[in-house]
Amino acid sequence: MSAESGRGWVALPASPVCAPYRGDCCGLLIMNRSLEHQALAEPAALAPVEAPTRARGTTAAPARARKSRWPARLDMLQSASGLFLALFLVAHMFFVSSILISHDTFYTVARFFEAGRLFGTPQPWVVSCVVGAVLAVFVLHAWLAMRKFPASFRQYKVFAAHKAQLRHGDTGLWWIQLWTGFALFFLGSVHLYGMLTHPAAIGPYESADRIWTGSLWPLYLLLLFMVEVHGSIGLYRLALKWGWLEGRDPAAGRRRLRIVKTGFSLFFLGLGLVTLLAYVQLGIAHADRAGEPYVPGATPGEGASGVQAALNLRER
Amino acid sequence: MSAPAKPRCLTLRILRSAPGTHVEPEWQDFAIEEGEGMTLFIALNEIRQNLDPSLQFDFVCRAGICGSCGMLIDGRPGLACRTLTKDLGATITLAPLPVFELIGDLSVNTGKWMRGTAERLETWIHRQQQPELTALEAPMEPELAEAIYELDRCIECGCCVAGCGTLRMREDFVGAVGLNKITRFRLDPRDERSDEDFYELIGDDNGVFGCMSLLGCHDVCPKGLPLQTQIAFLRRKMAVVGFK
Repeated sequence: MSAESGRGWVALPASPVCAPYRGDCCGLLIMNRSLEHQALAEPAALAPVEAPTRARGTTAAPARARKSRWPARLDMLQSASGLFLALFLVAHMFFVSSILISHDTFYTVARFFEAGRLFGTPQPWVVSCVVGAVLAVFVLHAWLAMRKFPASFRQYKVFAAHKAQLRHGDTGLWWIQLWTGFALFFLGSVHLYGMLTHPAAIGPYESADRIWTGSLWPLYLLLLFMVEVHGSIGLYRLALKWGWLEGRDPAAGRRRLRIVKTGFSLFFLGLGLVTLLAYVQLGIAHADRAGEPYVPGATPGEGASGVQAALNLRER
Repeated sequence: MSAPAKPRCLTLRILRSAPGTHVEPEWQDFAIEEGEGMTLFIALNEIRQNLDPSLQFDFVCRAGICGSCGMLIDGRPGLACRTLTKDLGATITLAPLPVFELIGDLSVNTGKWMRGTAERLETWIHRQQQPELTALEAPMEPELAEAIYELDRCIECGCCVAGCGTLRMREDFVGAVGLNKITRFRLDPRDERSDEDFYELIGDDNGVFGCMSLLGCHDVCPKGLPLQTQIAFLRRKMAVVGFK
């Protein structure tokens, strides 16, 4: 190893820093163990420590070409786009599940996004703009995430074998994230394109007809599982990746995050399934009048919950 | 008074290989009687002493200090000297650590890989001036010295390397051992490099931004190093440089 690193630095071997007197090699052993025990007993000791202010070689101009800053930006963009999509997912689930309260509630939510109050009359193109923005972030996130995909069959095979051999929770989670992400390329695109091109077709009857008469329920069922699992694992990994919510004990923080992740998945899967069932039932009941838009106050099911309205319609 | 339990008969299924001899790698079973407090290191010595003197595996310290006896134990990286057989089943599979150059059987050349990483990441103290060798070294706060030692506890056993899915896929990835070393030198006030200098070493997809946070490294590290927090910390610091 040369003494000069080629960047104007004088390189020195990393001899032990000024630490308490150790005596001999046995002393070193004892100290290492003592520190180890201390670290394991006091998780806060594991937290990164900032070095005190010091002169960081400001005069040394690196001789090599300056490394691109884009890897850092792309990494942050991947995280930011993932966070945006996950938050959108949460909001979206609450919006669509408003059908469980009443038809009118969902109708009101749908019309709200058409900015009727702003423009006087509902403007579906506003929904298209929102969907277009989400689609753009979706495509950006997919493109950025693809950088992490196995790039060849060899890489795919090596990782699959590694995962099977290691039997490690977070490694397995990444594999699930990979495949759910891959599925979302197609499932998410179909849904977003549909909403982009038919922004006015969002409403109690319109959505129910699309799901049942339009035969989109299998796609939505798959999409629900893929997106909720992908999103929950993604948020969990995002927190680990950037060291968020670690608390004083990172190991306990990670256990907490896993519980939250599982809770997130179960809650939104449950909510999504019940919501989808409500739309399917309404779609079945409304099948003979498919295409008829929902008009508040003009239908017998007004004010009833999605499930109840479907049953009422069926009885009639 | 009950009779002492009969010791278990252990089967150690070991992946035997001899690179350069055109002999295909194969699994070989060795049956030994389990002793009290037996570690895998002791079991392997039993085999070498009584059953097959040609069995190759590495060891030096027998106490989890040297990092020589890293191997795949039932598929997970670990140190033979710190693994008790009582914590494992009656059949134990042992294989050499992947990624590293195979010497034979369970013996791999971690030193060559670690040396390459040290040179690539320049893991030594960088200063603008030659130090005064006769002058007293500047004092350091004990907390800082201990924080540096905490990261210096890495024994370069290679377990984190073998446990990293990213590194298994992309061999140029620097791995947790390298990132941990960078955080160690970043802490050291005698090293005058700035974050911009460290970015030149790890600011790409083969460095800290390539880490997919699978945390296999953190979970298999036999020294319990805080790799999860250190890598996240380094990622935040390098991300800031990315916007300068």
